[in-house]
Amino acid sequence: MKNAWWKVLTVVLLLYTVVMGLLGHAPRLAILNETIRNLYFHVPMWFGMTIILFASVVYSVRYLRKPSDRLDVLAHHTAVTGILMAVLGLATGSIWARYTWGTWWTADPRLNGAAVAVMIYGAYLVLRSSITDEQQRARISAVYNIFAFCAAIPLLFILPRLTDSLHPGAGGNPGFSKYDLDNNMRLVFYPAIIAWTLLGVWITNVSVRLAFVKHKLYEKQLA
Amino acid sequence: MQLLSEIWYLMQKDFRLEWRQRAALNGMLLYVGSTVYVCYLSFVRGGQLPAPAWNALLWVILLFAAINAVGKSFLQESRGRLLYYYTLVRPEAMILAKIAYNVLLLLGLSLLAFGAYAVVLGNPVQDVPRFVLVVALGAVGFATALTLISGIAAKAANSNTLMPILGFPVVIPILLQLIKAAKNALDGLDASPQPLYMLGGLSLLVVAVSYLLYPFLWRT
Repeated sequence: MKNAWWKVLTVVLLLYTVVMGLLGHAPRLAILNETIRNLYFHVPMWFGMTIILFASVVYSVRYLRKPSDRLDVLAHHTAVTGILMAVLGLATGSIWARYTWGTWWTADPRLNGAAVAVMIYGAYLVLRSSITDEQQRARISAVYNIFAFCAAIPLLFILPRLTDSLHPGAGGNPGFSKYDLDNNMRLVFYPAIIAWTLLGVWITNVSVRLAFVKHKLYEKQLA
Repeated sequence: MQLLSEIWYLMQKDFRLEWRQRAALNGMLLYVGSTVYVCYLSFVRGGQLPAPAWNALLWVILLFAAINAVGKSFLQESRGRLLYYYTLVRPEAMILAKIAYNVLLLLGLSLLAFGAYAVVLGNPVQDVPRFVLVVALGAVGFATALTLISGIAAKAANSNTLMPILGFPVVIPILLQLIKAAKNALDGLDASPQPLYMLGGLSLLVVAVSYLLYPFLWRT
């Protein structure tokens, strides 16, 4: 139980995010109306995804410097969690777009960037499954993971800022922070970032442990 | 200096191989020629293509030509030959030589494709020198982004399907900038060099990452 404090923190922060996010005070703005509450769900999920994918890259770099099974499993499962959060981020963003822009999806630079970033990590999974030798798979997918992250960063953070975009925070559209993020919302927004990131860490933690247990069972069967 | 001479020898080797097995070179030329002609047959009856469609079609042709041409660069090396290189040169020289070779190959191929395309399907480009510059930068961008990918794909079992799957997502940021820059040159209106700087920056980033990562890939 000693090491479980961060899990308790996750549950508390998530409850706080959901309750305060849905019931708390939100500024009355035209068009946005109540959809501004998506700020507590959609935006922190992308924050969490970026942090978790960065962790995956760090594991891959560490794997290349000093190979071990553990680092490979960690890099793989953090990447899978990152993909899960990206899909959730796309879904929440899509629902938000349906009620503010009137469509589920448009060919907006930021949306395209997000879709391509998900494709890059999909390709990472395909690459992993198409190499049978374990050590070779670990090394090659670590190389691709680093390469893909470097290719995805300009896609998500640099290119959309250079062009016009419908998405809040780009191309003359005010970001939430400039006009409409009042201090009441900040009180929920910052904990929400921590909450969703911690949830991602937790999911990764569970799936990595499951992978290790499976590995041990497999070795026992061989012995 | 040692690195430069190693790169130079490896590039010479690649060009000589390409020249001796002309099947590959002719295959790529025929590929470009027949795609351009298929486009001509399927589009020209409707009159002159609208400029955005003309532009998009050209980049699709160039992208697939690049994937086919660059995809071969590591596949054609047999296992024994790679081991032999391993004893002779350092991996950084290997990847830089491959990138430089692919850049030159794609430069020739893309400019040729653009020429054939403009002759057959008409040339609506207003600012031709700028458009040629964009095509050249596109060749550089494709070659740099796809070389390491082809090295990765060559290690896997089903490398022929893996090459486009791994390559497309990485190429798309470059392709978006290219289509924008090409559209500007096509209209001859907006002369802002920003997409060109972006392209140069992306290519440099990709070359730097390839340089750092290839030594790890080679050891397997």
